[in-house]
Amino acid sequence: MKLSIKVEPRLETPRMLGIAIPVISLAAALLSGAVFLFFMGVSPFQAYSTIIRSSLGDAYGLSETVVKAIPLAMAAIAVMLSFTMLIWNIGAEGQIFMGAIAAAAAVRYLFVDNHLAMFAIMFAAAGIAGGIWAAIAGYFRARWSVNEIITTLMLNYVAMNLLNYFVYGPWRDPASLGFPMTAPFPDAARLPSFWGTRIHAGLFLAILFPLIFWVILRFTRWGYEIRVMGENPKAAGFAGMSYIKNVVFVMFLSGAIAGIAGMCELSGLQGRLQHGFSGGYGYTAIIVAWLARLHPIAIILVSFLMGVLLVGGETLQIVMRLPLSSMLVLQGLILFFVLGGEFFRKFRIRILSGGATPPIATTSAKEEK
Amino acid sequence: MEILIPILTAAVRSGTPILYATLGEIVTEKGGILNLGLEGIMLLGAYAGFAVSYSTGNAWLGIAAAFFVGTLLGLVHAFICVTLKGNQVVSGLAMTMFGTGASSLLGRNFVGFTIPGLNKIPVPLLSDIPVIGPVLFNHDALIYCSYALVFFLCWFFNSTRQGLYLRATGDNPRAADAMGISVAKTRYFYTMVGAGIVAVGGAYMSVAYTKMWAEHMTAGRGWIAVALVIFAIWNPARAAFGAYLFGGVEAFQLRLQAAGTTIPAPILMMLPYLMTIGVLLFISIKKGKGIVFGAPASLGLPFFREERD
Repeated sequence: MKLSIKVEPRLETPRMLGIAIPVISLAAALLSGAVFLFFMGVSPFQAYSTIIRSSLGDAYGLSETVVKAIPLAMAAIAVMLSFTMLIWNIGAEGQIFMGAIAAAAAVRYLFVDNHLAMFAIMFAAAGIAGGIWAAIAGYFRARWSVNEIITTLMLNYVAMNLLNYFVYGPWRDPASLGFPMTAPFPDAARLPSFWGTRIHAGLFLAILFPLIFWVILRFTRWGYEIRVMGENPKAAGFAGMSYIKNVVFVMFLSGAIAGIAGMCELSGLQGRLQHGFSGGYGYTAIIVAWLARLHPIAIILVSFLMGVLLVGGETLQIVMRLPLSSMLVLQGLILFFVLGGEFFRKFRIRILSGGATPPIATTSAKEEK
Repeated sequence: MEILIPILTAAVRSGTPILYATLGEIVTEKGGILNLGLEGIMLLGAYAGFAVSYSTGNAWLGIAAAFFVGTLLGLVHAFICVTLKGNQVVSGLAMTMFGTGASSLLGRNFVGFTIPGLNKIPVPLLSDIPVIGPVLFNHDALIYCSYALVFFLCWFFNSTRQGLYLRATGDNPRAADAMGISVAKTRYFYTMVGAGIVAVGGAYMSVAYTKMWAEHMTAGRGWIAVALVIFAIWNPARAAFGAYLFGGVEAFQLRLQAAGTTIPAPILMMLPYLMTIGVLLFISIKKGKGIVFGAPASLGLPFFREERD
């Protein structure tokens, strides 16, 4: 008897699969990561147990995981907004840098000795700087179809060098013994921290932004419009929606949120602008957004999971002397497997006996189209 | 002229990794597959090239190893994009992350080592030609290979049956399928070969250009190559022009720094990235004004064989 494998599109995805597939993908990614580590001469058991213990094992570890999840959640909301419109903003990293640079400039040149006023000024500066940085790429994309993946990415390198220019040059603290960093910020420019941990007030924004955008995307007319526009810019044009205006606006919003994430990291955690300021939050945020299937509330949860990986990565660097970027291996694998998992959500595989193809396969393919 | 010759020579040298990466991506994209993972593939190619050169003492074995590693990564990308019909943009990003992380993890024991690498082999007679000789024909053999590859690909795309099949697959997979070409097989094959060529570009960085290994040593060249494919409108000869232009900017920038200019280094280092945006903007605005645009019509779209009307 001849067996043949038939792949056909699903008409609808069973609910259960919507949860099972990401979980299985994640498990498969961790498993293949373990195999990779093993061949590297690193004990996967030791590596994974170190990751779990350092990030979830005690109150301090948990608090550090939350500290990492704060900028991740905000940056993931930022990229989610543009992805919803099928605009690929890969530049959250650069927008985080720009937000931090602008906030540091505000502290330097517009300092007010009042917590609330200073926060408002930094918030606005970071939002505008990050927003404009992203809106440039958005305008080029909408007006001349310039590939936004490349422009946002190139702007990351430009922003990184701009930050280096300031911390190696005019803003360097003379008392820093030659380290590329600014002077520590005065107290009024710092966000408060809680419970004796490094968790800072950015936490509220990291929860507030997902909630706000969940409501906007789900319940407002504009939220519906940008989704339609992403899927079919032409139809949206006929319906009287301005594509260019909306792309630029969504990119501005996206960049502004990333910029504010940078400001929170700066003012809440580090307290000064320094070389190598963001450890790739902007890139990790892409995985967070994708893993959360662009759902704002799910982003909060996934940010926490990724926080575990980031805290664990830093511990591995110290304990097992692995380079920090080796966590990127796991991140890349997770993305691969989640992408592979999508296939099983969209299609079903049927193993048929005999050579004949039942007619149902072709009709369902047509209906899908 | 006396000042220009060293800059032009350096432009060819520093443009070569970008040229290989751009040519590899053109081969991939002609078949309709978009691979944004160049940065990761180049880094793993650079690592493989260095590690194998170091342990065998043979630079060419290193280059071959890099090509092989590239084809394996291409296989992964093809599996996700062709068989699983996954999102090609996201797969490329995953490839970038994986390659960046894996290369720094694998290469952690090679930091600070150097290798003899590839040596200069002046081409007899040709290298004696004034200006052109030193600029083009006084390099290592991998640079001469890149010249050959440019000519080969121009001929292959336009004058061979296989090249026609490849273009048909990228432009109109349904028609290609009707012609009896296997779209899946073609895409697999050229995605793998293309990624192999990209990895050789990475290996050029470590085996011939710097002769050492460093984390993130490609520093965005993979992304610049993605942009150059568009600038080159998928034409290998234009890709060479673009790659040397970028090589020239890099050489010029390094020379300015060495000469002790007052412009701060980070500002100079922005130049190649700003130029990439400028170049992309230029070509996109021009495209709107009716130049022939050579993008494969089905680039980035998965092909569903069952879906026939």
